[in-house]
Amino acid sequence: MHTITGKEQLGPDIHRYVVDAPRIARMRKPGQFVIIRICEEGERIPLTIADADPEEGTITLVVQAVGKTTRQMAMMEAGDHIRDVTGPLGKPTHIDKFGTVLCVGGGIGNAPLYPITKALQEKGNHIVSILGARTKDLFILEEEMASVSDRVVIATDDGSYGMKGLVTDAIEKVVKEDGVEADLCVAIGPPVMMKFVCLLTRELGIPTIVSLNPIMVDGTGMCGGCRVSVDGKIKFACVDGPEFDGHQVDFDELMARLRTYAPHEQEAMDRHEEACRALAGEEE
Amino acid sequence: MPIDAKERLGVPPHPMPEQDPKERTKNVLEVPLGYDAETAMAEARRCLQCKTPFCMEGCPVGIDIPAFLQAVEDGDFREGIRIIKEKNLLPAVCGRVCPQETQCQLECTVGKVRKDPTKAVMIGKLERFLADWEREQGEMDVPELPEPTGKSAAVVGGGPAGLTVAGDLIKRGHAVTVFEAFHKAGGVLVYGIPEFRLPKEIVRKEVEYLQKLGVEFRYNYVVGKTITIEEILQEYDSVFVGTGAGLPKFLRIPGQNHLGVYSANEYLTRANLMKAYDFPESDTPVIRGKRVMTVGGGNVAMDCARTALRLGAEESIVAYRRAEEQMPARVEEIHHAREEGVNFHLLNNPTRIIGDDKGWVKEVELISMELGEPDSSGRRRPIPIEGSEHTMEVDVVIIAIGNSPNPLVPETYHDLETTTWGGIIVDETTGQTSVQGVFAGGDIVLGAATVILAMGHGRRAARAMDIWLKTGKWADLPELTRGQIEKEREEQ
Repeated sequence: MHTITGKEQLGPDIHRYVVDAPRIARMRKPGQFVIIRICEEGERIPLTIADADPEEGTITLVVQAVGKTTRQMAMMEAGDHIRDVTGPLGKPTHIDKFGTVLCVGGGIGNAPLYPITKALQEKGNHIVSILGARTKDLFILEEEMASVSDRVVIATDDGSYGMKGLVTDAIEKVVKEDGVEADLCVAIGPPVMMKFVCLLTRELGIPTIVSLNPIMVDGTGMCGGCRVSVDGKIKFACVDGPEFDGHQVDFDELMARLRTYAPHEQEAMDRHEEACRALAGEEE
Repeated sequence: MPIDAKERLGVPPHPMPEQDPKERTKNVLEVPLGYDAETAMAEARRCLQCKTPFCMEGCPVGIDIPAFLQAVEDGDFREGIRIIKEKNLLPAVCGRVCPQETQCQLECTVGKVRKDPTKAVMIGKLERFLADWEREQGEMDVPELPEPTGKSAAVVGGGPAGLTVAGDLIKRGHAVTVFEAFHKAGGVLVYGIPEFRLPKEIVRKEVEYLQKLGVEFRYNYVVGKTITIEEILQEYDSVFVGTGAGLPKFLRIPGQNHLGVYSANEYLTRANLMKAYDFPESDTPVIRGKRVMTVGGGNVAMDCARTALRLGAEESIVAYRRAEEQMPARVEEIHHAREEGVNFHLLNNPTRIIGDDKGWVKEVELISMELGEPDSSGRRRPIPIEGSEHTMEVDVVIIAIGNSPNPLVPETYHDLETTTWGGIIVDETTGQTSVQGVFAGGDIVLGAATVILAMGHGRRAARAMDIWLKTGKWADLPELTRGQIEKEREEQ
């Protein structure tokens, strides 16, 4: 059992949780993730570790309520318990002094991006963060990202905050107009965003690391459900990743595989909502 | 009433009653239903009580088979289970999943006299009977444990090898902690072997029994990630690594990442450990195909093909590149699968998995094979027949062609010497690795093998670990262990 010691709303359906997990807090490195199961009949879902406090013995998770499990989690409060938290899993990010690094985050991707950016800055890299979201309300962790960046460029699809456009537009502006010479790009966000960032950075000749979020079951290399094609070879995101050379990843396949259980997810969610309504009815 | 050998030989074997094949594919309940006391005693009467019990030579953990069969014949079931448990801590499991027909029962004189190994004494079924009998009695006897030695052992991985080590060492007075990566102990017994072949309640009871003996279980501990072997070695006097066969193998053919293509591990883990058969009551889904093709010929392939039927498949097909005689699966499993309506597409190997425009599996292209000269495994090599390519429509494909050892421990602890295929190298007698105080066994050493072989490994390692913990002599351990084995033999 892992107690939720803090919960804070970051945006619509986006929450930050501080969870008691002393060992993971001590062991984790930027780029790693945990697998959680909130209750006995629950599914195992992977979540990237957004931050950790080894002294307090806690880890931070940022979760967007998109499916049944994450919606259930949105209903949990400080003091509630998560049944299982396993980790830290995956290979940590390779942190080195590269020079100038573009840290590109899309939507909830800012959460896993933050600890990596922090570590890269501590190592002496010049950080240009390019952060995007559909609209201003969905923007999270701006302050945190700003605190570990030398420069922050913000873009929203609808122009409600920062420049109007996609992160790729912002990258083009930074590189082509401002003349930033980037030695590395770290891009984390929805797969479609990572795909287009990679198409662009390949053209611009900037090596790019992405962090992938395929469907997982065990997270220890046993099931192969999280397999992705990297340079035409099968890789398991849970043990070989979650970070890969973005220029080698088959994003179309990843996006297709992420849709495998779409009808099941809908069914589970409908049932969940019905149960919630029934419960609300009883209380009235 | 004593009966002579001739009479004993005349008694036909008592088959264990089973759920009707048509009925059982609609549920996940166990297929063989068990013996009643009377049938068990009648079956035990078939044992000739040979002076040289060849059956024992076929048992990887050396159970005193004639003695326990005599106890069953006498109706002294408590004594029977006691004899088994001297050598085997998990009889309810082994009685169900051991390949007895290639071990104890293959060596049985009754089968040999009748020139038919299937007519051997049903040793495995009687082992299961005793274990079930004991469980039904309620409280399991907890043996008196020796004074604590003050020494400790960590067991990495709560599968068959690890559980055996844990039981053996706690009984010798050492403190034992099991580090398990999943939220439940049992390893392949809970994620892999389906409910209808091994009810999970049985595994749970066995784990509970170990807990009663004082074994501590730490769940959600991925060793190498949550805790390192170095840290464990600082806290414990010895370590046993039994992390099993991790990485699933895939075929080297196009289309393996199409939607609806599973490794056997994933398909079975979803269906068993995560209870996908109960979706949406449980949260983990699995694609329930209408036409499901399982690729492979082992027990795991049979488990997948039979699970598919229980998940509602209209047709479950096993594609295997050799013939039935070469299938590594137990005869009983093949028989059960066939009874339930699994179709065998033998001497055929997939060459391509074809998807639709959304990436879902639509068809599998196969090529037919013929058998040539024996290969390094001693089995006749399958050779593709040119121009025999054909396609079959399916919507789920399960790849059940084996696993490589789990890489997490060797990858994060470089001092351990491994083979080119990633298995940990150990001394055969003791399970000692290249690192002092660290032992290993089971599939992490063997590659993909069986539950009982993993338990045999665990047993051997536990014996050596006990000597190591008591003497602190590492270099001499193989010799000391051989001495101990000799002593145990003489005592029998």
